[in-house]
Parts: sequence; structure tokens; C-alpha cells
Amino acid sequence: MYRSTVLVCGGTGCTSSGSQQLIDVLNEEIKKHGIQKEVNVIKTGCFGLCELGPIMIVYPEGSFYSRVDVKNIPEIVIEHLINGNVVTKFLYKDTVKEDSIISLNETPFYKKQMRVALKNCGVISPECIDEYIAMDGYFALAKVLSEMQPEDVIKVIKDSGLRGRGGGGFPTGVKWSLAAANKSDQKFVCCNADEGDPGAFMDRSILEGDPHVVLEAMAIAGYAIGASRGFIYVRAEYPVAVRRLKIAIKQAYDYGLLGGNIFSSGFDFDIEIRLGAGAFVCGEETALMMSIEGKRGEPRPRPPYPAVKGLFGKPTILNNVETYANVPQIILNGANWFNSIGTEKSKGTKVFALGGKIRRTGLVEVPMGTTLREIVEEIGGGIPNGKKFKAAQTGGPSGGCIPAKYLDIEMDYDNLLEIGSMMGSGGLIVMDESTCMVDIAKFFLEFTVDESCGKCTPCRVGTKRLLEMLTDITEGKADMQELEKMENLCHYIKENSLCGLGQTAPNPVLSTSQYFRDEYVEHIKEHKCRAGVCKAMLRYTILEDKCKGCSACSRICPVGAISGTVKNPFKIDWDKCIRCGACLNTCKFKAIIRE
Amino acid sequence: MLKKISNNQFTGTEEKKQKLFKVIEKYKYQPGATMPILQEAQEIYGYLPLEVQTIIAEKLNIPLEEIFGVSTFYSQFSLVPKGKYNISVCLGTACYVKGSGEILKKVSALLGIGAEECTKDGLFSLTACRCVGACGLAPVMTVNDDVYGRLKPEDIEGILNKYKDREN
Repeated sequence: MYRSTVLVCGGTGCTSSGSQQLIDVLNEEIKKHGIQKEVNVIKTGCFGLCELGPIMIVYPEGSFYSRVDVKNIPEIVIEHLINGNVVTKFLYKDTVKEDSIISLNETPFYKKQMRVALKNCGVISPECIDEYIAMDGYFALAKVLSEMQPEDVIKVIKDSGLRGRGGGGFPTGVKWSLAAANKSDQKFVCCNADEGDPGAFMDRSILEGDPHVVLEAMAIAGYAIGASRGFIYVRAEYPVAVRRLKIAIKQAYDYGLLGGNIFSSGFDFDIEIRLGAGAFVCGEETALMMSIEGKRGEPRPRPPYPAVKGLFGKPTILNNVETYANVPQIILNGANWFNSIGTEKSKGTKVFALGGKIRRTGLVEVPMGTTLREIVEEIGGGIPNGKKFKAAQTGGPSGGCIPAKYLDIEMDYDNLLEIGSMMGSGGLIVMDESTCMVDIAKFFLEFTVDESCGKCTPCRVGTKRLLEMLTDITEGKADMQELEKMENLCHYIKENSLCGLGQTAPNPVLSTSQYFRDEYVEHIKEHKCRAGVCKAMLRYTILEDKCKGCSACSRICPVGAISGTVKNPFKIDWDKCIRCGACLNTCKFKAIIRE
Repeated sequence: MLKKISNNQFTGTEEKKQKLFKVIEKYKYQPGATMPILQEAQEIYGYLPLEVQTIIAEKLNIPLEEIFGVSTFYSQFSLVPKGKYNISVCLGTACYVKGSGEILKKVSALLGIGAEECTKDGLFSLTACRCVGACGLAPVMTVNDDVYGRLKPEDIEGILNKYKDREN
């Protein structure tokens, strides 16, 4: 029994901020003082507040130390772990309120959160199955195998109203019942852990912080549909997640929670890991299955749906990591508990990866129906540097940009679709005035052009033409007619593409041209980019009345575009200027402006 | 994605070849063997030269076109050698809105190579990658397994010098 436990975040964000070094130094210091039998150091999964990494929490006090500097560790060890005095100056400042320390759950970042899928992340050691079991882990599987018939399981999932968290929001229970209804000698349960949506990292955090929950849920799904084999298709770019999954699978086999005759029920279930190799289109279910089969990950037309003919031609279900992470708790707490959370058609919680121009970046889990304003302003702490909110991008390359007028929208599947965006996997990137909306649309199109698999023409050729049009607009070469043509092309691509990638690829363009049309028009008619991002439109000018003639700008200019005589106003030759902005940053007198 | 294909002379050793044979043997009879074999082959050689793909095709009794189709489809597979230090600049959305485009330009200018290229001395190669998943630290780049977050363009030179100094 330890008197103190130190939890250190071992998620990707904190690891990148040096949490492993922190653990090493911590252990060294603890050993130095001979208290290794009293204090236990555990590496957990993601706490969510990546911005403040590396993070450590000391229990029983629950003291939350943020941005921990290794050189402060000796002091924390002596003062806190030995003398028992919390070192207030190193605590996360939101937990300190006028000399008293408030609980982490009372801080603005955590207060409105509700953790279901992330329940164990940052709480248990992901490499220890006993800790998962202590948190009621594998109890749901035991309950399912000992007390429930497969059709009961499907009914609970159906009644709970759980919908796929990977993007489309298809009802999970319906998916399971379709696969269960097909008779076959072999069926498969797959897990989509190929989180390709840039800016979303909740699946990774679940795999890194609570890998057993995915294994347990897959086994439950296997029992429900009559499958004995499962595949987890995980991104090779997630080495930590892969390693922890492998450890978890081995432990589950050792404990008899995977393999043959689980809980002596006669039910067998095996899980294998397959590594993805970096193809966004493999998030599409038929493409993912092609990839597991060792082929190019190109989607195929549906029907037949995977529930009828999926992996290796057998009935298959595919759910995403976050969807699975909800399953064991639905089984344990019942369908009514789950469907009491959320909105009418979107039940439960959703994890968002909050990023971009926002004070507190990280992973947040909130009930469906929480407003965008609550997430951005209360949980995220608003926009830094005195800038104003311009848009929030959800759904990654398939989603759209939500303008400020919809800040009070209740975030759920249907509301987001209605305003031209989508839930997607839950990336939520906040943008301020310094983001150009045309440039952002172009950024996403570059992504889809790159990732289009090339199988169907509307997507392969259409997205490429769309990108060319956007490039013309950002370079000031387009007219208003081109804008109209571009929007027509968007609708054509949406209606005619084979899979979800192409059908949603124009969303970033359509939503920005709808909500930020004035910016498009400005680019086209006035050759002006108000955010100052589109370089072709930038003009640097020296204000004669402010210029002291110090010549600093002409010396830093890499192409010699600035000339003049000392102590007289200088001038910029726009033909030579490459718009690098070096002069603007050098001028001490604020005499250079960018427009 | 259009892939660059290497013109470099293939320099595989007998030892690497034996390793490759072992990998192929391990997966040969498993359905969907192509991907794991290509992944481990790339670990052995650092990239996937045509010569290696030919060996895999012959051993699996699959046409080379099919192997080539798979290796060119996925962005993880490289048909050009990587540098000793591979730099990946994250161009995920969170990093992009925080200015990772400028980071990529800076690295590219300092090394004199574009994305998916390798310096002549074989020391550095450069990739533009999609989301490392460290969005809280944006903008982010990685040099092999080292992650650098909250970057500014002026930080880059110092970081590159750190690796250059290791070689001197």
C-alpha cells in the first residue's frame, strides 16, 4: 500500500513535452530519498489538457501540477512527497483560488465535461489489466456472456441510441442487427483506429489511455453478431497506441478474457492488429477492409453492405474506437442511462479535439447538445491574444466552417449537418481573424486531392479542378463567374462521387463560400485578403510620416526591394518585393503596414 | 498522391535479403499478407526499392504490378531512401492554422530540398505529414522520434544544427 500516488500523463502530447524524462527524474529523486515504498509513480493515458503538458497529479490530495519543469522535481519531491506541503506555485493556476486549492473538476476546463468514453483515460495505467478490471473492466463482457442472449445485447445497444462516432453517425445497434441476421460460417468484428482526420486525436488517446475498453467492446460485439474474430486497423503513425494495444491483447489472453471459451461460456474470440499505412480514404469502411485484405485501399460501391459481404467476403461490422469505448458502460448502466444524456436524436457524449487559436487546447468530452459557445468560450477559455472568434471547423476535410452567428448551436449530428458541416470524428479547430477562409478551403482541398484514391472520376478530376479554381482566387486570377462555376462543380462532386471522401470533399468550400462569401468576393474583385494570408495579394507600404529613415528594413530585405537615403522615408519596390514580411517585423517605429 | 521513385543504385546486402525472406515466410500463408510484408521490408531497407518489391512479388506469386499498386497507394511507403534524420513537418489542420506552412518553408529553405526529398549527403530528408496527434502543441515537427512543439520559424536553424553537430 502506497501513501501517495503520482500520475504522470503518458499521452502523445505530454510525451512530446518531455513526460518520460519527468518520470525518470521523479523515480530517481524518490529513490534518492528512500521513499520508493511509500510513493508510487504511474504513467497514465491522456488527461486532456495537452496545452499544459507535461502534467502530473499527486493523490490523495489531487494536486494538479502543469507544465512541470524537470528542474523543479527535486523541490516537489521534498516539499510535497516528503514534507506533505503542496507546492502551490507549480500548480495549474486554475486550481488555485485565493490561497485555497479547488478540485480539478471545478476548473473551467473540466467543469462542463462528462467523461464516458474517456472515463479511464488519465486515471489508470494503460499497461496494467488489473487496474482496468478494478474500474469494472470486463464486467460488461462477463454480464453479456453469462446473463444475456445475443439479441438482448443488440436490443440494449439499439435502445441506448448509440450512433457511430467515426463520422456518419449510423445507429450502432442497427448495424449490429444487420450483421447478426446474416448466417455465415465466419463473421468479423473490425475496429477502425485509422484516425486520418487531421486535428482529431481522441481515438489515439483512448487507445493509449484505455486500450482494454476496445478489446472488451469488440468481444461483446462479436458475441452479439456471432463472430469469433476481430481486427483492429490502427495507424502505423501511432506507435505508442500500437505498443499499448499489443500489451493489452497479451494480458487479455493471459487472463482468459480473449481466446477460447471465455468465462467458460463456450464463446471464442480472437483479436489481431493490422497496421494502416497512411491513406485517409481507408477511414471508409469498404476501403479499410480492402486494406486489411492487403490491397489498395479503394472503396467499392455499396450495396452489398459489409454487414452482408465485408472482410474476405464475410459479414462484418466496423465501428470506430470511440464508439466501442461507450459499449461496456451502456451494458453495465443500461440503455436508459445512456439515452438520458444528450439530445433527442444524438445520445450520450462526444469527445472533441479542441485545437487551433484557442487558449486551452486538448481533449474534451461533453454531452451531445452542448453549445459551441460553451466549448469554445468556457471550456476552451476563448481566443488568445485579444483576437476575435471567426469560425470553428468541425469534421476535418469532410466538414465545414461554422461562423460566429452559430456559436449557440447545440452540437449534435443533425444540427451540424443542417448548417453544412458535420460531426466527423470530432476535430474542432478554432480560427480567429488571422485565418483566411479561402486559404483554409484551399488547404482542405489540397488534402483531398492528395488523398483521393483515384477510382472514380468526379472525385479524382473534380477535386483537382476545384483546387485550381481556389488557387486562382487566392492569386487574384479569378472572376465572379468562376466562383459560380466552382459552386456548381462542388454540387456535382457531392452528388456523383463513389464514397464518403468525394461526397463530402466540397463541404469546406461550400460552407466557407456560403458563410464567408464577402471574403471570396474581396479576393476576386478587390484582390484583397483581409487576413493577410494570401501572399499574392499582400502589399507592404512604408508610411512616410512614421518612417525615421533608419534603414533597418532595407538591410533585412532579402531581395533588395527597399531603397532610400538615411534619415529620409524609405520606399518599397512592389515589383521586387517577395512579400516575406521581414521588414514589417524589423521596423521599430511601426512605419510599415501590410494590407 | 504522386510518388517519387528513386534513381539511386540499389545497395541491398545478402543479410538484408535473408531477413526479408524470413519476413515473407512468416506472413506468406496469412490472408492479406502484402501490407505487413511491405511494412517490415521497409523497416529492413529503409525504403521500398523496386528490387525488393520484385522479390516480394515473386515469393508471393503475385504480379509485381499489384505490389507496386499497393506500395504507391499508401503514404507510409517510400520509394526513395530516407535521410539519417527524417524530418516530418505536421500539416494537420491544427498545426496549419498555427503556421506550420511557414515551418515547412523554413526547413526546406535551410536544407535546400523539397518535401519527399533527401539531402545529397544523405543526412536529412523532409516529409510533410498529416497530423502527429500532438495538436495541443501545434505547430509540431518530428526529427526521427524526437518531437518539437510550439515552434517558430526562427527555432528551426538551431534544431537542425543540433543534428548536424552530432555528425561532426
